[in-house]
Amino acid sequence: MRNIWTVAKREYKLFFISPVAYAVAFLFLIILGWVFFSGMVEAIAYSTYYSYAPTVQMVLSPMVTLVLFTLPAITMGSISKEQSTGTMELILTSPMRDVELVIGKWLGCFLFMLTLLAVTLVYPIALNMMIDPGIDQGLMVAGYAGLILMVSSLLAVGIAISSLFSNQIVVFVVNLATVLLIWMVRNVNSTGTSSGLGYEILKNLNLVDHYLNFYRGAISLVDVTYFVSLTALALVLGTVFVESRRWR
Amino acid sequence: MIEVEGLTKDYGARRAIDSLTFNAKQGEVVGFLGPNGAGKTTTMRILTGYMPPSAGWAKVAGFDVVDQSLEVRKRVGYLPETVPLYTDMTVYDYLKFMADLRHLENAEERIDEVLDTVHMLNRADGYIANLSKGMRQRIGLAQALLHKPEVLILDEPTIGLDPAQIIEVRSLIKEIGRERTVLLSTHILSEAQQLCDRVLIINKGKIVAEDTPERLQERLTGSQRAILRVDGDADGLATLVNTVPGVLRTTDQTDGSLEFESAPGNDVRAMVARAVIGAGFDLTELRPVNISLEDIFMELTREEPEPPQMSDQGLDVTEEEAATEVEQAAE
Repeated sequence: MRNIWTVAKREYKLFFISPVAYAVAFLFLIILGWVFFSGMVEAIAYSTYYSYAPTVQMVLSPMVTLVLFTLPAITMGSISKEQSTGTMELILTSPMRDVELVIGKWLGCFLFMLTLLAVTLVYPIALNMMIDPGIDQGLMVAGYAGLILMVSSLLAVGIAISSLFSNQIVVFVVNLATVLLIWMVRNVNSTGTSSGLGYEILKNLNLVDHYLNFYRGAISLVDVTYFVSLTALALVLGTVFVESRRWR
Repeated sequence: MIEVEGLTKDYGARRAIDSLTFNAKQGEVVGFLGPNGAGKTTTMRILTGYMPPSAGWAKVAGFDVVDQSLEVRKRVGYLPETVPLYTDMTVYDYLKFMADLRHLENAEERIDEVLDTVHMLNRADGYIANLSKGMRQRIGLAQALLHKPEVLILDEPTIGLDPAQIIEVRSLIKEIGRERTVLLSTHILSEAQQLCDRVLIINKGKIVAEDTPERLQERLTGSQRAILRVDGDADGLATLVNTVPGVLRTTDQTDGSLEFESAPGNDVRAMVARAVIGAGFDLTELRPVNISLEDIFMELTREEPEPPQMSDQGLDVTEEEAATEVEQAAE
């Protein structure tokens, strides 16, 4: 436990001196800011004609897309950089289990993303002040809870892939491909009329489907289980990959 | 403290080390000597729990390196060949991180102590990225000493250091080696000669010789050799020395001096001196030639049958020469 915290602390601190993290935060916040601004302008224009109030979903849905594309950049260096700079030798010869390294790395990234998500809370708060009678807080809590769970599992996938290669660009590309695959796995046919066991399995593997329930304000055990299992599975795989490095 | 039995490691089809067997006791400094790619680093990586062997076993401080890897890693201080440092951290933060991983209680104190030992206290708050190679080497050493390890494994510890630091690090290693076990690899032979209680010469994954530096010298000295130098014209000197009873052979040296050999235990230097002075030569120098570890090393690790070009002054290598070697290696 103590080692996990030691690794996580170092990882977290490193984000505040690393340009990658600032670039991600910049992209995240500037796009959200723009989407929020244009959404509000639109809502004000509409409100002349109908009774219309924007919901917190106007910030949640762009955030899902942003998360999918920026998380690979957050995790791409975490373990692969240790490998390419030779510090892996230091880590693997220190009295720390491989699993502690993987969980520590994941926790550091997760805490950084939580910080970034906390900053984005400024939009729901601003929205709450601008509309009457305020935003649906249940929707916001569910939306953010789902987002946090999704970030947790995608970061774990990123860490696992980062432990496979020592080249950060390779890690980024493979990670993006993996994320897109579990994002789009359901879209096997465009009419959406498929059925059968295969379809059911693919549908349940899909990442966004599980998020959609949170997005609509429903927290269900199935979806929570999905994200928690994905996180655990990816962390176990990451540990196996780190261990396999020793045998190469 | 270190026991190794039949240790073998294969990288695919290539056998990096081939059934190594050796041991190191507490309070012993053991030197690992060998050309590049001989398997020194591989052996050290197995001993530090970085990777498992393909066959054989090794125990460090009484614990198996595979089955009790964590226990081994707790007790070993390791300085890898490429000094592993986080360049985006300050020296202090880096050492604090390592101290935390090792669960040191008095981390601040120990960090100050090791930084003092390696003379880096004044750079504690600087970023590692801004340090020179020698300084990084010293931080790497500080990291290895942090938890007062029972066994210290150092892969080329003096590489990249300036002459003054080399002397310091060597005396530090000697001091540590009095109570604890040190295994170090080096390609600077004079360093092995000065530091090590025992030398293992390893070539192509196999131990080709194992002994104290002194005994290795004795083993390979087939004859006694001495260098003779006279002032002025040396014509006829070789012929004269050859007539002295007991002299087996003479060889002209490139710097104008003359080397002569006699059978072991038969010191002919006094007779040679008398003969040379008697013949009217101005004798300026007469000194014995010790076969150096360099010669032994070349002898044991050479591949071609013809002997390599050897230094004509096969004396003990001095600190200056060691420093030059280091500089050359750094280039």
